[in-house]
Amino acid sequence: MDGGALLKVPDRDLSSARMKVVRAAWAAKYYRKFERTSVLQIAEAVAKAGYEKAAHYAEWAVRETGYGVVEHKTLKNQLSTHDLLDFYRDLDLVTPRVDQERKIIELPAPAGVVFALAPVTNPVATVYYKTMLAILSRNAIVLSPHPFAKECSADAARHLAAAAEAAGAPSGLIQCVEEPSVALVEDIMASDKINVIMATGGNAMVRAAYSSGNPALGVGAGNAVAYVDPSADVDAVARSLVESKSFDNSILCTNESICLTLEQNRDNMIRALRTAGAHICNPEETDKLRNYLWTDGRFNLAAIGKSATWIAKEAGLRTNDAARVLVPVVERPGQDDVLFREKLCPVLSLTAAVDFDQAVTFAAQAAKRGAGHSAAFHGDDTHRLVLYSSAVPVNRVVVNAPCSQGAAGFATHLPPSFMIGTGYAGRSSIGENVGPQHLVHWTKIAFGRDVPADLSDLDFDSLAERPAVAQPTPTPSPQTARAEFTKDDLRAMILEELRSLKGASE
Amino acid sequence: MFDYGYFSFGSKDELLAKAAEYWNPGKVSFWKDAGTPMVIDRREGYRLYDMSGKSLIDLHLNGGTYNFGHRHPELVEVLKSGLDYFDMGNHWFPSVARAAFAEKLVNTAPHMKYAIFGAGGAEAVEIAIKTARYATKRKKIISIIKGYHGHSGLSVATGDERFTKIFLAERPDEFVQVPFNDADALERELKKGDAAALIIETIPATYGFPMPEDGYLKACQDLCHKYGTKFISDEVQTGLMRTGVMWGWQGYGLQPDIFVCGKGLGGGIYPISACVVTEECGQWQVEDGAAHISTAGGSELGCLVGHHVLEMLQRPEVISNIEFVAQFFSQSMAEMMARHSDIFCGVRQRGVVLGLEFDHPEGAVAVSRALYENGVWAIFSSLDKRVLQFKPGVVKDVELCQEIMDRFDAAMPRARQLLDQMRRSA
Repeated sequence: MDGGALLKVPDRDLSSARMKVVRAAWAAKYYRKFERTSVLQIAEAVAKAGYEKAAHYAEWAVRETGYGVVEHKTLKNQLSTHDLLDFYRDLDLVTPRVDQERKIIELPAPAGVVFALAPVTNPVATVYYKTMLAILSRNAIVLSPHPFAKECSADAARHLAAAAEAAGAPSGLIQCVEEPSVALVEDIMASDKINVIMATGGNAMVRAAYSSGNPALGVGAGNAVAYVDPSADVDAVARSLVESKSFDNSILCTNESICLTLEQNRDNMIRALRTAGAHICNPEETDKLRNYLWTDGRFNLAAIGKSATWIAKEAGLRTNDAARVLVPVVERPGQDDVLFREKLCPVLSLTAAVDFDQAVTFAAQAAKRGAGHSAAFHGDDTHRLVLYSSAVPVNRVVVNAPCSQGAAGFATHLPPSFMIGTGYAGRSSIGENVGPQHLVHWTKIAFGRDVPADLSDLDFDSLAERPAVAQPTPTPSPQTARAEFTKDDLRAMILEELRSLKGASE
Repeated sequence: MFDYGYFSFGSKDELLAKAAEYWNPGKVSFWKDAGTPMVIDRREGYRLYDMSGKSLIDLHLNGGTYNFGHRHPELVEVLKSGLDYFDMGNHWFPSVARAAFAEKLVNTAPHMKYAIFGAGGAEAVEIAIKTARYATKRKKIISIIKGYHGHSGLSVATGDERFTKIFLAERPDEFVQVPFNDADALERELKKGDAAALIIETIPATYGFPMPEDGYLKACQDLCHKYGTKFISDEVQTGLMRTGVMWGWQGYGLQPDIFVCGKGLGGGIYPISACVVTEECGQWQVEDGAAHISTAGGSELGCLVGHHVLEMLQRPEVISNIEFVAQFFSQSMAEMMARHSDIFCGVRQRGVVLGLEFDHPEGAVAVSRALYENGVWAIFSSLDKRVLQFKPGVVKDVELCQEIMDRFDAAMPRARQLLDQMRRSA
């Protein structure tokens, strides 16, 4: 028994995942006909269920992955429930749209089966968020968590699925792969039975999604530069930066990587950051930190999502126990220093340019390592804000707010999202914060320009079907024995039932 | 040119001629006359391809043999891996595959004790009948008029005279038949006190899946026990999740003394069948374990495949899929019947077992032909040709099910035309 199994056994997890996709297609078939009130009911139920267990899963995720802060993960989970629903509540993706003037009718066409990857960094928040998007857009979803977060992710998905089904969703609408692997994900991504992939995760996985042959929404890595203009109130900026960098130990890809200011403002910035709870590194500490975080140009994965004090200890820095962020200082901007790369940990590299032009040039280059993603601007000079925003190749610039929460829509009016579209600059098909509207296309019914069209009395009610769950399946009990009825009786009964079926939706 | 490496045929016609010459002229001409001259060539999933290249969605499934479709990749993988280690095995000896499969099978029915293997359904029925006779020391076997349990010596004697008379295989003094859905008739027979067993398909397939009336099967079982007779469930077509539960009898609240299964147990790739018995009935295995033996029965390769078939059927995703398929056809057939009520007059359904009833004594023969012409293969019930057997597989997906209904709808005008012709020529 020591040499392993004598026979080769088919990959049970792969078969199971394939079957989940088939099951999801059934659920999608019924769910795409649900009415708006039913959709919102299910969304409410799922939001409520998710909110109630937000802390439970936050604790579980931190325990399972070792990344992040329970309190902050709780908040992210919560934000992906009621807040997300409130944001999209009035975005109607269910009711057909009629444009009388242009003589165009639009019918919503949900994608069908969404295959969604959830990263190790935000496992449960992503499960919550992508599930809510699928529900609001009337799609079925099969989630595939990161192997290091599979327990909490799968349990959270089951929890949401149970709530959805209790609220009337078809069985199989929300499913999660229990035993994910690279081979499994590649197989499902290439399946012609899925309709769209929502890829969040490492670059390799996002590239694989785009290479799968299926439509994909994939997003790239970030490397946010926060420019602090001398017009800004440095104390407020410092508080914002520390809040953002310490939020969930910088595990969000929207976190600031570099704090860039002008030389005239550097000392102010250092003082303000220190006051706000950051540990400013001296040159020796900066070197130690650099050496700890990068080996041969590769980032030390052990540091991801860890606290500032934990990292300081590992790197051999002596810091105050209250330090929330570590700030290595790089005297002059330049692209070669690894400290200017993305850091999913509370380490914020500080540098200063001689003037605004140099700052913009540097920011534009640094942001290429997180192209299409996010940047931040602090200050009141809107002229400079526009110049900065047009020069830096990102799709969102957060102003006078923490970038972690701001770009993800939690501290700004941007759509709340755990998929930050990095656009063409970031090799993504999507440049916005991904929302449910991206999972629905619209069938356009267009009349000839010059032909008359009466769009006043359209009947869309017949498009809705009775929810699948309301129908008794013929399995559990035998159908009434035919012998008791004549054929005419039976025919009449069936016609009656069909009429009532139609009646229910009219 | 159809070159298979080992043999080749110049054309489909050449094959048909050879088949008629060397194999079975009756069957060859029957299908030709029925307008469905199929020679299955390639097969994959739930699709068959005739030698002409014509594609057909398989709703015959040979009674559930292809429950998972043809050559299901996972089952093929299992068999291939099995061939690297096992062969049929030696039935005399205990074996790992047989023991593991027997345990898995018995665990699906907790009141049962032993699984005894055969190579086909009829063999499992032989074992069931012999077991009941051993346990009761009685000889008579009661079955249902139009029931069907196979073609071997004892099993064929339980069935329709079409299959016995020709071979002088009737045994009227040992085998009696009573009408289906008539518990009183059964009791009159049981009262004589000499019946070893009642053998009954949970839903009689070859009879066109007439549904047992509420309480009928339970009454049969209770009556059997009242008169010391064993109750045998034939689950060859209703087992393996086809009625929505692993065994059809489970859905009717029964506890048969013996049940038999076959067909889909081997996944359509390796023949195996089983007769599962209670401890009391299985005592002959203690007394003389070699009283019944079978070289091909319980082949280790078959056991390996069967073991995996059961495991696949127990997966939550598969169970959920069966519910979806059953629900889809329930709704779609009701709609279809409303649209074509002049010819399509009844649906008998439990899970993914469906019998579709047409308004003509040979209605299903015409519909089968019309469906064939429209790319769907479903067979009429041999013993009630008004009824089309319509048997979707357990892992059918939504696309395929929708395609089936589209083809079904398209076939109805042709079915109507064929039925008109039949009525005129009658």
